[in-house]
Amino acid sequence: MADQNETKGEEGKHKYSIIVPTYNERLNIALIVYLIFKHLRDVDFEIIVVDDGSPDGTQEIVKQLQHLYGEDRILLRARAKKLGLGTAYIHGLKHATGDFVVIMDADLSHHPKYLPSFIKKQLETNASIVTGTRYVKGGGVHGWNLMRKLTSRGANVLAQTLLWPGVSDLTGSFRLYKKSVLEDVISSCVSKGYVFQMEMIVRATRKGYQIEEVPITFVDRVFGTSKLGGSEIVEYLKGLVYLLLTT
Amino acid sequence: MKHIVKILSLLVAISAFWIGLLQAAIVPRSYTWLLPIYFVVSLGCYGLLMVGIGLMQFPTCPQEAVLLQQDIAEAKDFFKHKGVDVGSD
Repeated sequence: MADQNETKGEEGKHKYSIIVPTYNERLNIALIVYLIFKHLRDVDFEIIVVDDGSPDGTQEIVKQLQHLYGEDRILLRARAKKLGLGTAYIHGLKHATGDFVVIMDADLSHHPKYLPSFIKKQLETNASIVTGTRYVKGGGVHGWNLMRKLTSRGANVLAQTLLWPGVSDLTGSFRLYKKSVLEDVISSCVSKGYVFQMEMIVRATRKGYQIEEVPITFVDRVFGTSKLGGSEIVEYLKGLVYLLLTT
Repeated sequence: MKHIVKILSLLVAISAFWIGLLQAAIVPRSYTWLLPIYFVVSLGCYGLLMVGIGLMQFPTCPQEAVLLQQDIAEAKDFFKHKGVDVGSD
């Protein structure tokens, strides 16, 4: 431990709680855990898996992973059924013992190899929030067709014009928070889905928290699932208006 | 102050400027009356331009998909040796 403090400087004094909400991610959760351990070798962290009663055996795999890596490194804090992302974070937060909290998706669209760059950025700037952005040089997306890119870009321009959010990627959900900041911001958010992610970052901006960005790459493996129908667009617009009026 | 208040103040300031222009008649009135329309149209064009530019410059990362597959293979191999049955995708 002494070596860690000497060679790694401030990193040795911090603990990172990584909250991963899961639903039917039997294979992916194992892959994510392996990759997190691979890329965060000299970092004090814990992984909090918030599983919403997956029928595919996700929790059984997590228990095996606990056996392999230790129950102090992998926490399984399950819930009875699918209860939504926002509440999953709140639930995970209750069990987090770190002074920093990372939230990330379980489907490997967020690659753990970026975790060191999040941590480094936060230590350099003492930011309250470090958010991953797919839309800058060094970042990127794979697996999106032209239509998807168009809607993403259009949505982004609209949100930038209306909300002045201070970040380039509003709907991203790969973020590092100071624990106290996450607790403060999450308590005032009421939206669902990706509007929830937008609300978090906009409220944080309004409250004056320092937010930094790091480029990340996003590999969308959910091919074919059309997540952008007409109703999604309506939900998004409603979310924008809500944020415009209430933040 | 709430964001909407900032935006409304901005709109009020622009409107005041416009009304001022109408009254002062520095610019011919018929021209001034059309200014709001010009403003909205240019805002729309700017928005479309930003979308177009963003779309052209949209960063992609096909090599990441390959790297991801390598990572997945590495992880699956690790678990096989440790006796953890992760099944298949």
